[in-house]
Amino acid sequence: MSDIKKIRDEYLIRLDNNLNYESVNQIKTELFGKNGQISNSFKTLGSLPNEERKKFASDLNLIKEELQEKINLKIQEIEIKEINSKLENEKLDVTLPEREINQGKIHPVSQVIDEISSIFSEIGFSVEEGPDVENEHYNFTALNTPDNHPARDMHDTFYLDNNKEILLRTHTSPVQVRTMLNGKPPFKIIAPGRTYRSDSDQTHSPMFHQVEGLHIDKDINMGHLKGCLDYFIKSFFEVDKIKMRFRPSHFPFTEPSAEVDIGYELKDGKIVIGEGDKWLEILGCGMVHPNVLKNVNVNPDKYQGYAFGIGIDRLGMLKYGINDLRAFFETDYRWLNHFGFDPLDVPSNYRGLSR
Amino acid sequence: MKFTMSWLKEHLETKNKDTQIIDKLTDVGLEVESFENISSDLDNFKVAKIINAEQHPNADRLRVCDVDIGQQNIVKVVCGAPNAKKDLLTVYASPGSIIPKNNMKLTISKIRGVTSYGMLCSDSELKLSNESEGITELKPSKYSDKIGKSFFKNNSEKVVDLSITPNRPDCLGVRGIARDLAAAGAGKLKSISHKNIKKDGSQNIKVSITKDKNQGCTIFGSCLIKGVTNRESPKWLKEKIESLGQKPISAIVDITNYVMLDLNRPLHAYDADKIDKQIIVRNSKKDETFEALDNKQYKLDDGMCVISDQSGVLGLGGIIGGTRSGTELKTKNILLESAYFIPRSIRKTSKLLNIDTDAKFRFERGIDPQSIKAGLLKASQLISEICGGKISKFDIQHIKKYKNSEIKFNISLFEKITGFKVKENEIIKILKDLGFKCSKKKSELKLTIPSWRPDISQPIDIVEEVVRIKGYDNIETIEPKKNRLKDTLNKQQKLFHFLQRSIASKGYFESVTWSFTDSKINNLFKENLKEIKIVNPISSDLDVLRNSIFSNLAFYLKKNLDRGFKDISLFEIGPIFKNKNPGEQLTVIGAIKSGKISRLNWNEKERSVDIFDVKKDLIQTLIEAGYDKQNFFIRDKSPSYYHPGKSGSVYLDKDDIDPVAYFGELHPNIVKKLDIKTEGLVGFEIYLDYLKDNKIKLKDQKSHFEYSDYQKSERDFAFVVDKNYKAQDLIEIISSIDKTLIKSIKVFDIYEGENIPSGKKSIAINVTIQSSEKTLEENDLEKINKLIISTVESKSGAKIRS
Repeated sequence: MSDIKKIRDEYLIRLDNNLNYESVNQIKTELFGKNGQISNSFKTLGSLPNEERKKFASDLNLIKEELQEKINLKIQEIEIKEINSKLENEKLDVTLPEREINQGKIHPVSQVIDEISSIFSEIGFSVEEGPDVENEHYNFTALNTPDNHPARDMHDTFYLDNNKEILLRTHTSPVQVRTMLNGKPPFKIIAPGRTYRSDSDQTHSPMFHQVEGLHIDKDINMGHLKGCLDYFIKSFFEVDKIKMRFRPSHFPFTEPSAEVDIGYELKDGKIVIGEGDKWLEILGCGMVHPNVLKNVNVNPDKYQGYAFGIGIDRLGMLKYGINDLRAFFETDYRWLNHFGFDPLDVPSNYRGLSR
Repeated sequence: MKFTMSWLKEHLETKNKDTQIIDKLTDVGLEVESFENISSDLDNFKVAKIINAEQHPNADRLRVCDVDIGQQNIVKVVCGAPNAKKDLLTVYASPGSIIPKNNMKLTISKIRGVTSYGMLCSDSELKLSNESEGITELKPSKYSDKIGKSFFKNNSEKVVDLSITPNRPDCLGVRGIARDLAAAGAGKLKSISHKNIKKDGSQNIKVSITKDKNQGCTIFGSCLIKGVTNRESPKWLKEKIESLGQKPISAIVDITNYVMLDLNRPLHAYDADKIDKQIIVRNSKKDETFEALDNKQYKLDDGMCVISDQSGVLGLGGIIGGTRSGTELKTKNILLESAYFIPRSIRKTSKLLNIDTDAKFRFERGIDPQSIKAGLLKASQLISEICGGKISKFDIQHIKKYKNSEIKFNISLFEKITGFKVKENEIIKILKDLGFKCSKKKSELKLTIPSWRPDISQPIDIVEEVVRIKGYDNIETIEPKKNRLKDTLNKQQKLFHFLQRSIASKGYFESVTWSFTDSKINNLFKENLKEIKIVNPISSDLDVLRNSIFSNLAFYLKKNLDRGFKDISLFEIGPIFKNKNPGEQLTVIGAIKSGKISRLNWNEKERSVDIFDVKKDLIQTLIEAGYDKQNFFIRDKSPSYYHPGKSGSVYLDKDDIDPVAYFGELHPNIVKKLDIKTEGLVGFEIYLDYLKDNKIKLKDQKSHFEYSDYQKSERDFAFVVDKNYKAQDLIEIISSIDKTLIKSIKVFDIYEGENIPSGKKSIAINVTIQSSEKTLEENDLEKINKLIISTVESKSGAKIRS
């Protein structure tokens, strides 16, 4: 017994010294190696009388554990020291630039379309689409704009044939026609998309974007139209109050028709929506003309409702302070980078339209 | 449509202020484009006060005056008049003014070293008297409170410019506008007082309207005015014409124009002596010609409505007169025409001949067919007053009689459409004020539509009339209901939005470009698609619909490269056109990438972009969209605008007929043709219409969760194959050996050169093997190893590299 206690004391003292990894290993071998002192002590167990053996074994195990623990701690201590000394030589210039990520961008037109879809989704509208190339019937005639009607002059049309039967749609309204022909009322849709007019200056471009709205049911009246647009404009511009003015106007496919102005003021040369005494025309709308409903086999005595058409690019310009419409389509990298949106910014009801 | 406020008040008795009238016009649907003073040169002359006058430092006879020109502006004016002294009220002309006496334009000038801003005027300079000494002296009693105001009475009228929608021809005349305003409560419509005019003799030029097919003229009214003296118009008439920005021509022309603007009743005056015997209103014959008042020679088609005499065409009815029968200052006898032409006919003819005139604009919208006499009356009366002459009896020929149409209007329709109520008698009053005749039967109104309102034909039109006059302000705002009939987006639309953002998230800038493009560039990308020409393109370099998205992307890429950008990633999602019929279009994503990766990077080696960059973006996008990469199949076929050896196509499944995407380097010849200068140019296209919807819904996908906890092993192989042998085939062979054990295969090296026979290459792959039932033992693995080697060798002719 006193032997092993001696071994214990001796080695605990040795292990307290400042040791390197090799010396600790040396000690380990001296104690627990094949002929190590502890290993040898275990070998003596068999020769002890029964009554002593139990006590000796228990003591020996305790000492073994104690020494092992001490050795492990010592090794850890040495390793940490080694790491620490290495660290002193591992200093990086963390101010060097990170690896590059190329940030992509979503075009403002796409972002605005998504914002609009999100807003109308909230009040139960679904999205419909139609072809960019239309025939004269869907674009005009079915929309109560017969051939040789001066209203056709309001649209400078691109034609694809000399008979003027195939054209690039001048508005998104033909989607109304297609939707109603292919379904049964009620209808509650918006239809965003590309539209074309042979017009080109600072505020007109030969291609632009519109969103059409159509709500047909048994009792949809002008009050619903007003309410819908009031809700939309407020949501889109993210304001609580909006000054809105309905002005009588004329579109062949709606009766009564209205143009809608919103109030704004100029602050530091920028348009601020919602206040002020200036008016800005932003959309056309009205009650779908009974002739249009007849043309798409909807009974105007049973069903009625409203339609509207809004210029998407223009809405985007107003909301995000973009001055030149033509810039939308010129793919200037600087412009896209500035006015484009992070693809992770998906407009939604619960996260909000925009940051 | 322009008019002055005073002209309006000839028809409207009103106490409303101008601004109230302007607001009212907007409220009833007559959009005010502008409301401005007619700019007058005389506005620049202002009442001013000399507040200080000092001797000019360099000239004995000149003074330097400080002049108060109102609104707290003081200017320095050098003046030579002896009476220019402190406190004098006089007339100041600002720089830019034109002095009435000599028509000189004032400028800011230095007079003997002192700058003079404008001039103080004398009576003679202002043409107030012939001679005068010194500058004008104004009486303080009359002018002391007018400093800064215009000296000349503001006879410059305010002009309103309306944008009249095509449904309202009646408002192309001042009277029509007054009528709308009166109905809306902005005053009272004055009645037209007819002086009795003396009619002498009959109209003895015979007029006939032929019964041609689609005759464009249905009524032709006329009268002769004999013994006129055509002259310059009197001042009031000139001013009226000028106030609208038009040029007075002669009394006769000005009068016809005036009546047109006043009543929207176009007229035409012929020199009666130039008419060969009689007037025949008929269809033109093919290739007939005539010279119109715009001094152009027109060659006619058949079936156009012409006014002719025995010698030939005099004019195009309702569009433009001819030079042969035009009035001149020496004209003695006039035939005055007041007719009705059918809008359709007018529009057709003017479109074919490409003529736009004031008369055409009005007739094609619809002129009141019952205004024939009123027009003759007003114009002939004015002509005889101004030019003298005897007026003949009116001759009115017609081939059709116009009766006012009638409709029945159920009053309840108004509330049904507008959502608010207007009292019955108010509705009736509004309609009567607008010129309707009204009688009531129970809840129904029997309405006679005024002849000047061709736009009104059914009950809904009546609703519009009442609501616009009553005011759109009265419409309630009803909060929208949130009921939903259908999902917001359908599957294809969801895919569109997802892919759009998926591509952008990989560093591409989304671009939106025209659906049309330059045919020269389009030709490089159109493959076997048909060229779709635009008949009337906006410019010759945007002359076709695009057959590919790449034409515009390449064009704008070059522009950005020219701006100095080098590493550019662009994409567009949108339509391309296969043919010119509606629906023959596809939705495509096109993306291009130029330049280098890691350009000028401190810790990564830079390299040019290559096809595996775009292949990565493309494949990853498809995976994100929910397609299973395990089934993807790549072929090396691609459209000809790609580099033939560095491009490919992607199939969602090996058995699919159509690829869903292409990727590759753009063909070097195209890059050269477009003069694009960059280190690398690669791109890809995804055809959304071919991305079929075979995805398993997430809820089904997620519920299927399997994994193995047994140890997995990796083995490396290197096979020597023919140089053209495809890695995809090798992977396919190996993966089909044992789908349950072989979990993944990775190509980690391609090697050609030393130790490899020429014409061969080495493909090194790493195979992960794992069982879902047990930990594989060494001899299981060895079996698989051997099987992999023997299968690959026998199926591909490859040799394992030892």
